[in-house]
Amino acid sequence: MAASSAGVCTACTIFRLSGRYWFLRTFSYNNNFSSRNVQTTTLHCQSQPQTKRKTDPRKWVGVVGLEIHAQIHSNAKLFSESGVHFAAPPNSLVSYFDASLPGTLPVLNRRCVEAAVMTSLALNCTINKKSLFDRKHYFYADLPAGYQITQQRLPIAVAGSLTYNLLVRQKWNQVVTKTVRIKQIQLEQDSGKSLHDDTRSQTLIDLNRAGVGLMEVVMEPDMCCGEEAAAAVRELQLILQALGTCQGNMAEGQLRVDANVSVHQPGEPLGVRTEVKNINSARFLARAIDYEIQRQTDVLESGGWILNETRSFDYKSGRTTPMRDKEGLQDYRFMPEPNLPPLIVYDNKTVPAHADPQQVVNIDQIRERLPELPNVRRSRLVEQYGILPEHSFTLVNEDGLMEYFVSVARETKAEPRKIIGWIIKDLLGLLKQHSLNVSQSPISPMSMAELLNLLEAGTVSSSAAKQVFQELWKGAGSSASQIVQKLDLGLLQDRSTLEQICRTVIDSHQEEVRAIRGGNKKVLNKLIGLVQRELKGRADPVQVKTILEEKTL
Amino acid sequence: MLGLTLREVSLALREGKVSPTELCQRCLHFIRKTKFLNAYVTVTEEIALKQAEQAEKRFLKGETLGPLDGIPIAVKDNFSTASIQTTCASQMLKGYIPPFNATVVQKLLDQGAVLMGKTNLDEFAMGSGSTDTIFGPVRNPWGYSRQYQERCAQNPEDTKDSSDWLITGGSSGGSAASVASLTCFASLGSDTGGSTRNPAAYCGVVGLKPTYGLLSRHGLIPLVNSMDVPGILTRSVHDAATVLGVLGGHDPKDSTTVPEPFKPFSLPDEIDVRNVCVGIPREYHAPGLSKEILAHWTKAAELFEKAGARVVEVSLPHTQHSIVCYHVLCTAEVASNMARFDGLEYGHRSTIDSSTEVMYASTRHEGFNDVVRGRILSGNYFLLKQNYDRYFVKAQKVRRLIANDFMKVFSSGVDVLLTPTTLSDAARYSEFIKEDNRTRSAQEDIFTQCANMAGLPAVTLPIALSERNLPISLQFIGQGFREKNLLTVAKWYEQQVKFPLIEFQDVADHVSEFPKTTKSASAF
Repeated sequence: MAASSAGVCTACTIFRLSGRYWFLRTFSYNNNFSSRNVQTTTLHCQSQPQTKRKTDPRKWVGVVGLEIHAQIHSNAKLFSESGVHFAAPPNSLVSYFDASLPGTLPVLNRRCVEAAVMTSLALNCTINKKSLFDRKHYFYADLPAGYQITQQRLPIAVAGSLTYNLLVRQKWNQVVTKTVRIKQIQLEQDSGKSLHDDTRSQTLIDLNRAGVGLMEVVMEPDMCCGEEAAAAVRELQLILQALGTCQGNMAEGQLRVDANVSVHQPGEPLGVRTEVKNINSARFLARAIDYEIQRQTDVLESGGWILNETRSFDYKSGRTTPMRDKEGLQDYRFMPEPNLPPLIVYDNKTVPAHADPQQVVNIDQIRERLPELPNVRRSRLVEQYGILPEHSFTLVNEDGLMEYFVSVARETKAEPRKIIGWIIKDLLGLLKQHSLNVSQSPISPMSMAELLNLLEAGTVSSSAAKQVFQELWKGAGSSASQIVQKLDLGLLQDRSTLEQICRTVIDSHQEEVRAIRGGNKKVLNKLIGLVQRELKGRADPVQVKTILEEKTL
Repeated sequence: MLGLTLREVSLALREGKVSPTELCQRCLHFIRKTKFLNAYVTVTEEIALKQAEQAEKRFLKGETLGPLDGIPIAVKDNFSTASIQTTCASQMLKGYIPPFNATVVQKLLDQGAVLMGKTNLDEFAMGSGSTDTIFGPVRNPWGYSRQYQERCAQNPEDTKDSSDWLITGGSSGGSAASVASLTCFASLGSDTGGSTRNPAAYCGVVGLKPTYGLLSRHGLIPLVNSMDVPGILTRSVHDAATVLGVLGGHDPKDSTTVPEPFKPFSLPDEIDVRNVCVGIPREYHAPGLSKEILAHWTKAAELFEKAGARVVEVSLPHTQHSIVCYHVLCTAEVASNMARFDGLEYGHRSTIDSSTEVMYASTRHEGFNDVVRGRILSGNYFLLKQNYDRYFVKAQKVRRLIANDFMKVFSSGVDVLLTPTTLSDAARYSEFIKEDNRTRSAQEDIFTQCANMAGLPAVTLPIALSERNLPISLQFIGQGFREKNLLTVAKWYEQQVKFPLIEFQDVADHVSEFPKTTKSASAF
């Protein structure tokens, strides 16, 4: 279904391309609803899509808050010098501190503090010049110290906001801007990993991840459905990647999302919430939340109670189930971390005069280093290239696509709007179909530019260009112009040949000619198509049309 | 030779009167002789001889490293030592061999000190008798001194149970006994509530607890992170200053050490105390303070006055709450610090492992003694959400008040405080174990523990022999990071009192088999 719909309906294409999860989510709902139905219902999140079936569709409203753990992109862990690499050999990145050997002490990694400050600035937070570390206690095999060092009492930043965009799909070219408040950002340690071998009833522990720096971003319950949450997470992901503070790969666990979900009736106090864990992609996030909203609605509708519990999302069944452990009841026995003095960050006004720049973190200096953020980037694209906002959305949200577009635009005189069509509709369509990233594209920006230049110069017709594009995709190594030459796809310049072919087509389609003469101009398109088929699309459609008009009228 | 101070023996080495190897061998010999004291958990004979040999080479080349080069030392068995078992006198860490040296140990070794061994202690430094250890209690060398034995012979009251022996105090009892029994010239202890000063006082040696943040705790297996300080035990105040000079300073591996550079100092031999103001805290006239100690304390104050110092009575009104407050803060940190001992990465692991939780529980039950388990339980109780404010936060506030008391006194012009270190001289083991570990800790730490609350430096030094011919000690508490002032005053007083050397060597030669007691004083 994914393949067949690609490139057919422009609306669908844009919708699909703007985020993988949305498309797949639609797909998952196709068993019950038509695509369009889902788009309509999820559009207005205030009314639950699922409750449409109920007697009162406006009765229950979902309330969603998120806790996001973003692994800090750094060479070393939060409190030790061990390296940080995904999928390194087990226990190869473990310092004495990470293994919690007695007598070892935490030493705060300045890079992690800078990353947290930079992220906080990008999320419009108030940065606490003084923040504190705490110990959070619980026994778990991959938590060697028996506690996690976190910032429970006084986190590094509070009171921020994240602005994100939703594509309104009913009118597909409409972008809706929403804002979620950020409650706080705190620094904390990641845990190790446990591998349970049930057959041998063994648990294997890998401490490579133990002690890696995390930024926990706590979002207020300002969202109301899975789609909003997924869009907010995607925007956060883009911001983190732009900042370089987190690589943001959800599949590798660099970005992990827990959702706090409740339902209530508008005007009523918030309902009892559940925490949904074990979500490792944005599309699963949307599915898990929507499932949970529906589940809670059903429970309440049938007179039941919602338990304040932790639930795990099973991506195979698409359901959430209560987690076995009693985390909800656990008392973490928080205590100040006695081995770390308060974390002090400075600004230009407060930085000590003779401080070693290697030893202090200066907010103002970090602010100066802030790179262009995704929303600024989108506005710039719209302004600079005159493209539509929703196109800028797709360009920025798809990893590497904006760079691709800019490279092509630099190398060709073609109109940016034309380039957009080729890149978003044709190229990205194929990439999605083959589950490829932009960086894996068989067609380089240079080849794409060359093709567009051929089209622009009138060397090929647009339909021939599509054929060249298909050849380029196959990646045989030939350039666009080589393909044109080899397949003889160059624009047919010889008017007499063209006239001759038009004549042949007219002669064998007298019925259509009569219809045209009778005033049905639309039939002319059929004849144009026949001529093009005869010429493998090599003719200039405008020229063909002129000749046919001359000969039929 | 073994009765010399560190300063004297260092000079003897330099002058070639003795070689490092010879000195090391003599100490090793004497360690064997005094094995009955149970001061050492591990004797690192091979390592010591190798280090002595290296020192000897340096001496021959005239390339000595400093005052500690070739000097036999001992280290409490809660400091991590690379490739040497570090047990904390606990089943939990028996056989645990750290892969790294504690910073303070490394600094000693870098200065050419010769490590004789690791010394006995109360399990995880929780105790004040050095009696609650899986290696058996430590015995006070003074119980075998000629001075004490002769007095016992005169006094039939004291001799009725000749198999009984004296405790060292704790928890650094092994370190105190090692210096007092002349088997090394300096040792490392740790001091959280008095664990260095208390045994130093009972064993008649100098015990220095430096300012919190001056010495690195990296590698010290923690009791209470916010109060632990490596302690220094020597036979003179001068020696303590020498060792402090080597150990002090910022450590990048311990973020709680102060970044300001530390300048080692030496103490003058000619000292004038006329400009010194000595404070006598009123509240330290505690119930249970022995008449003897009170008398010596008063005498000390008079001595200062006579020498021209200003002696003033001061008040530390919140001291009385110190022990209770300490109990809450200590157990809370203990509960947290001990969480890592789960049998997974290192240390004891129970064979009962039907599930991970069961394995944790049985490991911790088997690995920790009653005292440790009791503190873990209370600490976790104080940290529970519903108790946190009532206990932990309140205790932190009281701690601040205690520290403020000291600040006020010092800002009023007082330079040092003069107090007793302990309530009495060393108790007999049979007497000591009549009370449980918690009660004893509360009694024993009463004069020492406030300095840890406030992070202040304090030094105890032996000043006289009691009626029983056992050491009596007094304590000086100084201002933060003003160790030089503190030790200068202490040295002046040391010069006045001329505390006698233990007459021990010949006696020890005649000590044969002592019945070994494994009975523990732990009870909760």
